[in-house]
Amino acid sequence: MRTITIDPVSRIEGHAKISIHLDADGHVADTVFHVTQLRGFEKFAEGRPFYEMPAITARICGICPVSHLLASVKACDAIMSVRIPPAAAKLRELLHCAQIVQSHALSFFHLSSPDLLLGFDSDPAKRNVLGVIEAFPDLARDGIALRKFGQQAIEGLAKERVHPSWTVPGGVNAPLDPAVRDRIRAGLPQAKEIALRTIAFFKGVVDQFKEEIANFGNTHTMHAGLVDAEGNVQFYDGNVRFIDAEGKVVVDRMESADYSRYIGEAALPYSYLKAPFFKPRGFPEGIYRVGPLGRMNVATRCGTPAADAEFAEYHQRYGKVVHSSFHFHYARLIELLYGVERMEALLEDESILDRHVRAHAGVNALEGVGIIEAPRGTLIHHYKVNEEGAITWANLIVATGNNNLAIGRSVDQVAKHFIHGKKIKEGMLNRVAAVVRAYDPCLSCSTHAADQYPLEINLVDADGTRLQTLRS
Amino acid sequence: MSEQITMRIDGQVCTAKEGQTIIEVAQANGRYIPSLCHMPGLSADGCCRLCLVEVTGLNRLLPACTTPVRNGMSVVTDSERLNQNRLMALELLFSERNHICAVCVSNGHCELQGLAQQLGLTHIHFTYNYPKLPVDVSHPRFVLDHNRCILCARCVRVCDEVEGAHVWDIAGRGINSMLVSDLQRPWGESQSCTSCGKCVQVCPTGALVEKGHAVEEMTKRNAVVTQLAIKRGTHP
Ligand code: SF4
Ligand code: FES
Repeated sequence: MRTITIDPVSRIEGHAKISIHLDADGHVADTVFHVTQLRGFEKFAEGRPFYEMPAITARICGICPVSHLLASVKACDAIMSVRIPPAAAKLRELLHCAQIVQSHALSFFHLSSPDLLLGFDSDPAKRNVLGVIEAFPDLARDGIALRKFGQQAIEGLAKERVHPSWTVPGGVNAPLDPAVRDRIRAGLPQAKEIALRTIAFFKGVVDQFKEEIANFGNTHTMHAGLVDAEGNVQFYDGNVRFIDAEGKVVVDRMESADYSRYIGEAALPYSYLKAPFFKPRGFPEGIYRVGPLGRMNVATRCGTPAADAEFAEYHQRYGKVVHSSFHFHYARLIELLYGVERMEALLEDESILDRHVRAHAGVNALEGVGIIEAPRGTLIHHYKVNEEGAITWANLIVATGNNNLAIGRSVDQVAKHFIHGKKIKEGMLNRVAAVVRAYDPCLSCSTHAADQYPLEINLVDADGTRLQTLRS
Repeated sequence: MSEQITMRIDGQVCTAKEGQTIIEVAQANGRYIPSLCHMPGLSADGCCRLCLVEVTGLNRLLPACTTPVRNGMSVVTDSERLNQNRLMALELLFSERNHICAVCVSNGHCELQGLAQQLGLTHIHFTYNYPKLPVDVSHPRFVLDHNRCILCARCVRVCDEVEGAHVWDIAGRGINSMLVSDLQRPWGESQSCTSCGKCVQVCPTGALVEKGHAVEEMTKRNAVVTQLAIKRGTHP
């Protein structure tokens, strides 16, 4: 029995484990995707003043702090029943775009490009960021530059890179300094060039992956994501739209407060991560996907010129609804471009410097829901408070949760297609890990080294014997 | 008129008036002694044990905030032994309740945190207590978070001595001590509280804070309270 061991990194959001069960003939009988996640968050929050939630959720999760901050402040805005000043909304969106750019750059360049550029079957010792730097130095440099651009923008806006305390209930706590605006603006042309270059590069290689495209979660599900009134993609604001696998709009512009009418949360016996589903269709038929693939499917367009051109080409190539989860990568790159263009537009608007950026209020509603599009998909924060503003109940639906069922189904498809026999090549198991990576689940985004991925895959015989383990 | 005396602090000759405490003389002579429960303008309490100093000729350590000076006294404010003691006192404070700086509204403006940084506290060697403590949000303007209270009793003293309302007291003993308002009624229902906010301004941590501040946003102005106390002559 061969074991490849790279110790999984410990993360609060949890580790993922995949079990692949073989039947007596060595064919894949069943696969299970489990997530071990720290719970108890709701308990910690109970009794605390609601306006502390943004900081608490940002730190407890630690994976994409800006996303949790923003979903949380939106839920708090709802409890205060305030409409935040327009400049504050723009600044929050700007911060969010910067985070999406840096997160998508991390996902593509650091976590997925080793598979895509060096090959799924290439030497695992070299199939990492260092290998990419060696073989494709220009592309690796682009990746580093783009992440840095996003991080510096966040840092400039929020004065602190990892856990910005700048975003507060009611708005943001300081207006934008013109010097910071100019600095971020100065980096935009290069960021845009890189985004365009990377998409062009990806379009050139994507068709080499026919077998992966056909089998990486190439499945019919519903899709969900935020759009605005015109159907443009939205990261920070807007309302959730659900479409079915044929592209028909099933729910348009869902009110945030109504989410529980449409989203059910199933508990899976083998996973700590809840499995949300579209309630009207039931479980598990109500499976849907979120994140880049979902957003690019539900939106009518992006709303910025260069991204719209790419959006049109993408759908021309793969249809109105893109079904394969392999295309998370492609969709992610379009979003990266959109994020940069959106930052451009926001910073061009002089009113973003407006000094009125915060609304003050106490408790005006006993419940609040905040929904945003985190880099990896729709994120929902829902709090209930008493009249004094103490949290009495909290519920979070995280992006990776929304994709939980779809990840499970994708893993199953990949395993059944690529794995046969009791002795399998590492590259085959790596494809199983890669389909999980395509979703960029919370488990991966915080690992700064691509070769340390908190995922364990076990191949199990019909009689329960563990044949092989891959930790990546 | 009280008598002039002479003493030494870390070898430096200082003149003082009889009845002054070591910490007062030290401060008047530009010598720094770490302290937490002590606040100029309020009576001394001596409960945090951060200000312990060595007095020549005595084996035990004495709190500088409550010990009066004597003629000819020689005090040491800085030594390895003192440092160890101060670190231990801080570690005990941190391990007793739930001080999670990262999510605290007072992060960056907290006296407890500041002292830990200043004294170079890097590890808590004691097991954390993790008590389950309530947060009192019943007051319309202020919040009391017991998780962050270090029982320094500054609030008790300022409310009693400066405002004259005496809302606060410390109930229970030892590890079960708790700050209470008006005989254990929720703060918001207090009959005696004038909502003046002095307790909030003097509280060294994020235990007493104004409502509505996000993480790191709560700053305090305790010097104002000191000035007021001195002006009113509530304390020498
Ligand atoms: S609430 Fe603040 S001032 Fe009052 S005893 Fe606790 S720590 Fe001291
Ligand atoms: S400052 Fe002297 S014991 Fe607290």
